[in-house]
Amino acid sequence: MSALLLWVGVALLGGVGAVARFLLSTAVARRSEGWFPSGTLAVNLSGTALLGLLAGAALHGDALTLVGGGLIGSYTTFSTWMLDSERLAEHHSDRALLVNLAGSLLLGLAAVALGRALGGAL
Amino acid sequence: MSAARRTQPRADRRELAAIFAGGTIGGLARVGVAQGFPHAASAWPWPTFAVNLFGAWLLGWSVTRLSSHGYARPFVGIGVCGALTTFATLQLELLRMLDAGRWALALAYAATSLVAGLGAVRLGIALARRGRVRP
Repeated sequence: MSALLLWVGVALLGGVGAVARFLLSTAVARRSEGWFPSGTLAVNLSGTALLGLLAGAALHGDALTLVGGGLIGSYTTFSTWMLDSERLAEHHSDRALLVNLAGSLLLGLAAVALGRALGGAL
Repeated sequence: MSAARRTQPRADRRELAAIFAGGTIGGLARVGVAQGFPHAASAWPWPTFAVNLFGAWLLGWSVTRLSSHGYARPFVGIGVCGALTTFATLQLELLRMLDAGRWALALAYAATSLVAGLGAVRLGIALARRGRVRP
C-alpha cells in the first residue's frame, strides 16, 4: 500500500472511530441512569477487547496501523475518561473518582487480555 | 443549527461531520507520533503518554472555553481530543509490559498516566477559566 493511501486510510478511519464513539457512548449514556459514565466505559472496553483480539490474531503492518491505530485508537479515548473522572470528583465524591479510574483500568486490562486470548485461539 | 437539531435530535449531521473532521486530525496526529517515535514493548511508551496528556489538557480547556452551542466544541473535544487520545493502546502497552515481566514499569506507567491525565484536565480547565473574559 502506498504511503499516501495509508495515511488517507488512517485519517478516514480516525473520523469513523470518533463518530462511532460519539454514537455508542451517547446511546449507552441515554439508557443508563445514575452517576457512572457508562457510555465512555462501554466504548473503551469494547475497543480495547477488539484491539486485544487483533493483537492475538497477530495482525501487523499496514493492516494494524489502519485498524488498530486509525480506527480503534480513535474510537477509544483517554481524554474523556479523565474529564469524566474530574467531573465525578467535582460533583460526586473522591470515591466515585477512584472507582472510575481504578475500575476502568482493571476492566480494560482484563478486556485486552481476554481479547488477545480469543484472538490467539482463532 | 437549531433547525437541524429539531428535525433530527438523535443525530445532528453537522455535529457528526464536525466530530468526523476532528477525528481525522486526532487520528492522524496520534498515528504520526507513534510511527515517528517507535518504542520497545518494555520501554516507557512516550508517544501514547504524550498524546494522552496533551489531549486531556486540550479537552479540559475546550469544554471550559468553547461554547456548548455550535460545532467548535464537538470538533475539538469529541473529534480531535477523543481521537488523539487512546485507552486501548494504553492497555495493550500495559499488557505487554506485564508479558515482559516489567511489573514496576507497568504500575508506574498506569499510575502516572492517571495522575498526570487528571492533572492535565484540571490544568486545562483552570487555564481556560483564567483566560476567559468575564462580563
